[in-house]
Amino acid sequence: MAGKLDSKIPSGAVEDKWDDHKFHSKLVNPANRRKHTVIVVGTGLAGASAAASLGEMGYNVKSFCVHESPRRAHSVAAQGGINAAKNYKNDGDSVYRLFYDTVKGGDFRAREANVYRLAQVSAGIIDHCVAQGVPFAREYGGLLSNRSFGGAQVSRTFYARGQTGQQLLIGAYSALMRQVDTKQVQLFYRREMLDLVTINGQAKGIIVRNLLTGEIESHEADAVIIATGGYANVFFLSTNAMACAVTASWKAHKRGAYFANPCFTQIHPTCIPVAGEMQSKLTLMSESLRNDGRVWVPKTQGDKRPPTQIPDAERDYYLERVYPSYGNLAPRDVASRQAKFRVDEGRGVGPTGMAVYLDFRDSIERLGASKVKERYGNLFQMYDKITGENPYQVPMRMYPAPHYTMGGLWVDYNLQSTIPGLFVLGEANFSDHGANRLGASALMQGLADGYFVIPYTLGNYLASEKMEKYGTNHEAFKSAENNVRSQISKMMSIRGARSVDSFHKELGHVMWEYCGMSRNAEGLRKAIEKIPKIREEFWSNLRIPGDAAYMNPELEKAGRVADFLELGELMCWDALEREESCGGHFREEHQTPDNEAKRDDEKFCHVAGWEWLGANKKQVRHKEELTFENVKLATRSYK
Amino acid sequence: MAGSNSKKINITLKVWRQKSAKEAGQFMTYEMKEVSTDASFLEALDQLNEKLITKGEDPVTFDHDCREGICGTCGFMINGNAHGPQKSTTVCQLHMRTFSDGETLTIEPWRAQAFPVIKDLMVDRSAFDRIISSGGFVSVDTGNAQDANCLPVSKPEADAAFESAACIGCGACVASCKNASAMLFVSAKVSHLALLPQGQVERNERVDRMVAQMDEEGFGACSTTGACTAACPKDISLSNIAKLNRELLFSTLLRREAAEGDGV
Repeated sequence: MAGKLDSKIPSGAVEDKWDDHKFHSKLVNPANRRKHTVIVVGTGLAGASAAASLGEMGYNVKSFCVHESPRRAHSVAAQGGINAAKNYKNDGDSVYRLFYDTVKGGDFRAREANVYRLAQVSAGIIDHCVAQGVPFAREYGGLLSNRSFGGAQVSRTFYARGQTGQQLLIGAYSALMRQVDTKQVQLFYRREMLDLVTINGQAKGIIVRNLLTGEIESHEADAVIIATGGYANVFFLSTNAMACAVTASWKAHKRGAYFANPCFTQIHPTCIPVAGEMQSKLTLMSESLRNDGRVWVPKTQGDKRPPTQIPDAERDYYLERVYPSYGNLAPRDVASRQAKFRVDEGRGVGPTGMAVYLDFRDSIERLGASKVKERYGNLFQMYDKITGENPYQVPMRMYPAPHYTMGGLWVDYNLQSTIPGLFVLGEANFSDHGANRLGASALMQGLADGYFVIPYTLGNYLASEKMEKYGTNHEAFKSAENNVRSQISKMMSIRGARSVDSFHKELGHVMWEYCGMSRNAEGLRKAIEKIPKIREEFWSNLRIPGDAAYMNPELEKAGRVADFLELGELMCWDALEREESCGGHFREEHQTPDNEAKRDDEKFCHVAGWEWLGANKKQVRHKEELTFENVKLATRSYK
Repeated sequence: MAGSNSKKINITLKVWRQKSAKEAGQFMTYEMKEVSTDASFLEALDQLNEKLITKGEDPVTFDHDCREGICGTCGFMINGNAHGPQKSTTVCQLHMRTFSDGETLTIEPWRAQAFPVIKDLMVDRSAFDRIISSGGFVSVDTGNAQDANCLPVSKPEADAAFESAACIGCGACVASCKNASAMLFVSAKVSHLALLPQGQVERNERVDRMVAQMDEEGFGACSTTGACTAACPKDISLSNIAKLNRELLFSTLLRREAAEGDGV
C-alpha cells in the first residue's frame, strides 16, 4: 500500500535535486503546447500564478473561480508578508536557513526535498513580483524593506503595509488578465467545481455549476490543476472568507485522490475574539504585530481592572517569560497553545475571559505613535472598527482562531496527486508546511507552486503520457454530470426545517471543541459519534429555499457544508490515529512536563494519506515515510 | 465583540428585491428586532435571511466574501450612501453600533448601466475585469526578472504607488457618481503603474486602451465632483484622476505627433 504513495523525490544532494529534476523532465515544445488544454480551478495566488504562467508558455488554459472576479480569491486577505531567502539584511539568512526554519517550524512533518525547493525559488518570487509592479514597502534609499515573522531569527519578510496578499494577488491577477486579453486563458467566473472526471485513471476534466444560471457544464482538458485553498471553514468560525470550502478537493478525493494529514490545522494566535452567536467569521490581526506588540495577561486570576491600570509588576508577559530567545515571535502553534493555557488558568481578559492582551504601549513610547501608525495603521483601524476600541490607547484583545490548513490533497514532488493528471497547488496540497506553517510562508508557497514549479512538472506529465481527447459526450462526463445533478436535486427535495448555517455552526462547535487547539482520544471519539448524526439530520431536515435553476446561494452553501460534514469526521480519525503531538496537532496525552508538544518519531515520522472507500465507510490510512537527511530530527525548542 | 457598550436595537430595513435582471424590482420592508450593536451589517442581513429561510421565503442575495474589508466583493447603498454612512469602511466592516434604535434604512444595489443587477443587491461588475485585461498590467513573463533591488524606487514614489494600488475594485465610486463614471477605479490602476519604473514601457498604450475599454463598457464621463473619493472605502484620492488626465493628454499628443510624422 505504501507503494502508492511514491513521493518521487529525485536522488542526489538536497541542493541539487530541483536543478537535476528540471533537466531530466521532459519538455513540450512551444509549437505543441497549443495542442494541450489545462484546467486551473481557483484564482488565488497559486491558481492565478499557474494559469498566467502556463498561458505565457502557450498552453490553452481554462481558469475557473467561484467568485465574480479572480481578484476576489481569499489570498487577497493575507496581511503580513511573504518570506524569501534574499539576505538583503545581511543578518545570516540563506536558502539553507529558510529551509531549516521551515522544516523545524513544521515540527519535522514536511518533506525535506519540497521545502528545500520552496526556499530555493523564494528569491525569484520577489524579483518577479517587483517586475509586475507590486508596491512592496521600501526604505528611504529606494531598496526593499523587510520585517521579522514568527519562528525565525532573521528579517526575511517582504510586505506591502498590512495588505501584502492583496498586492501580490493583484500582481498575479493582472498577469492572468493579460493572458485573458491574448485569449490564451479563458476565464470562467462564478463557476463551482462539483466533480472531477477521470478516464482510464487519468484526470480529464471537471463538472462545474454555473452559479448564475444553475447550469451544469462539462469541461475537458489534458490535465486538471486544483488550487482552491484550505478547509479551515470546517470550524464555521475561522479567518477564512465565506466562500472558502473543501469542495473541489473533496470531490477529487472521492474520485481517488488521497487526502493527507487532514488533522494538521493552524490555529492563529492573534484574532479578534468571538462576540456573539451571530458572528459569521473571525478577523485575524497580522502576526507582524508581534514585532512590536507584547503579549500579556494579569498575574492574578480574575483581575478585572482595566489593562492600563495594571502595573508592570502584576503583568505576566508569558511568551517572553517562557521563550526568552524568540519571545513574542514564538511560532503560531506555540503562541496559540500558550494563550489557551493562560485562559484555562483563569487569567484570560475581556468580558468573556477568552482573550489575552497584545499591548503596544511600550513601542509607542519607544518609536512614537506615528511610526507605529506607519507600520500597522490599517490594522489598528480595522481593530477599532470591529471592536469600537482604540488600540493606541488600550491593548488589543486577542484569541486564537482557525486560520490555515497544512493538510490537503496528497501530492508527490511534482505536485501531482494520486490521480495522474491531477495536480494540486498552494494551500490545497499538503506538502511544504508539515504540522505547522510559519508566518509569511503561505504566500511564498502559493506563488512558488504556480510560477516556478508547475510550469516544469506539468510539461513532464504531458510529454510522458499519451494524451487522448474523448470529448464531453464521453460516458465518464455524462455520469459525473448525473452525479452532480442528483446530489443537487436530493438536497433541494429535502424541504426540511433547518437552514444550512445551523448545520454548519453545529459541526463547527463539535470540531472546535474536540478537534481544535488541543485534542484527546475521548473527545475525538465523541466527535466521531456526533458528526454522522449531524450529517444524517442534514440529509433529512435541510431547508433550501428557491430552486436550483438560478442563482441560489443557499444551495451553494449546502453543497459545501455537505462536504465539510464528511471531512470533519476524517479530521477526527486522523487526529485520533496520530498518537503524538506535533506542531498544531496537540494531543493532550502526548506532552512534555512543561506542556510542549511531544513527537513520536519512531511511530509517526510519516505522512498519513487517506483513501476514500465510499460513503459512511471508514477510510484507509496509508503512510509515506519521511526521512530527514539534512535537518536532524530534534525536539523543537524556541526557549 | 461583546464590549461593555454592547446593546440590542430595533431597525426597519427597506430592501431592494429583484429576482433577476429581466424582472422588475421593488422595495420590501422588514422589521428587525433585537439586533446586537456588535454585529456587522452583513451579520444583521444574515440574521434577516435566517428568519426568511425558516418562514419559507427567499433570502436576500448580496455579494460578500472576506468580511474584513479587503476582497472588494460586498457593497450596496444604505440610505443613498455607498457602503453606508461611515467613512473609509466597506459594508462588511460597518457595525450596527453606527445606527440608533428605531432607525429605518433603505438598502439598494449599485446603480449603473455598466453594473446590471443579477439578483437583489448583487450586480455584475465584470466590466472592471475587462478594463484590467485591456492594459492594467506590466507585460512581464514569469522567469525574466532581474534582482528586485537592481532598480531602486524612492520611498515617496513607492508609497504613492501603493496608495493607488490599494483600490479593492468594489465599485462604490461608480455607484456614488451621478454619471456612473469609473474614472476613480481606472485612474487608480493607471497611476499605480505609471508611478513605478516597471510601468514605464507600456505607459501610453496602457492609458489609451484602458480608457477606451472604460468608454466601451458604458461608464459615464467624469465631472470631478469627488463623490467617488468621498465614498471610497480605501480613500483612493481624486488626484489619481488628475494623473490619469495628464497621462491621457501626454499619450494623445505623442500619438498625434507620430501620426503627423517627422515634418512637424
